[in-house]
Amino acid sequence: METIKLVYPVEGGDLIEAGEASSKMKLTLKKLGLPQDVIRRASICMYEGEINMVIHADGGQAEVEVDTDQIIIRMQDTGPGIPDVAQAMQEGFSTAGQTARELGFGAGMGLPNIKRYSDEMSIETELGKGTTVTVRIKIPQ
Amino acid sequence: MRLSDIKRILNAEVLWGEEHLDREVISACGSDFMSDVLAFVKNQALLLTGLVNPQVVRTADMLEMKCIIFVRGKVPGQSIVDLAKERDIVVMTCPKRMYEACGLLYSNGLRGNCDGDD
Ligand SMILES: Nc1ncnc2c1ncn2[C@@H]1O[C@H](COP(=O)(O)OP(=O)(O)OP(=O)(O)O)[C@@H](O)[C@H]1O
Ligand SMILES: [Mg+2]
Repeated sequence: METIKLVYPVEGGDLIEAGEASSKMKLTLKKLGLPQDVIRRASICMYEGEINMVIHADGGQAEVEVDTDQIIIRMQDTGPGIPDVAQAMQEGFSTAGQTARELGFGAGMGLPNIKRYSDEMSIETELGKGTTVTVRIKIPQ
Repeated sequence: MRLSDIKRILNAEVLWGEEHLDREVISACGSDFMSDVLAFVKNQALLLTGLVNPQVVRTADMLEMKCIIFVRGKVPGQSIVDLAKERDIVVMTCPKRMYEACGLLYSNGLRGNCDGDD
């Protein structure tokens, strides 16, 4: 299989539409016939990342690369950046505001979930410039 | 447990998917925090929640859940029901509060199957 590259823009501000990119990716991965567990893990990582881009960074872009043996998801935004990544990675830490909380977000579980469901995760962030969360999910052969 | 049993136990009303009540679920999850739902997935096919917004449907969809039940008699708008229909997820509403709804299902044999308690 050739590497498949998918790009999904993520609109900022609108929490009602948030999650569309993840839904689309999930459908594409299904069509590719990937194992259910891989699709589920990739979908959760992408969804958490997508919601974060909307809540914390006014949108961004997700790039997905599907290979025979792995999926790489790169979620990039030009938001405020994360001041303390170690703290952000802790379960329960959240700076989400009232609106996000009313919609069921702000448990401080998103980044820990991404870590839990991926095989590798990295966060590059610069204050005032933005954040890129990269996730690798292996496809068992 | 079949969705039809769940409907009866909770005295729930089906908002979409009456024809799919023969679907079988083996565990459930109840939460108002979406990341919390996403944190402990095994094969919960049923989501009970007091939140009413499209993200509930999207969260359930990421986990390939079969049914969402809105507790405390909450009735979602048509756009939310349609979103669930598109994703083939049955939607119900039940008058019970979260605690009671979960307790009733649990005591009738539907377990949580979350990390740490199975
Ligand atoms: N893309 C981002 N840009 C800026 N800050 C971010 C970004 N992603 C996460 N953060 C920061 O890290 C914190 C923790 O993120 P995490 O996803 O774990 O929790 P949350 O989004 O607050 O709540 P939940 O994901 O449970 O709904 C956030 O509250 C926010 O302060
Ligand atoms: Mg989050």
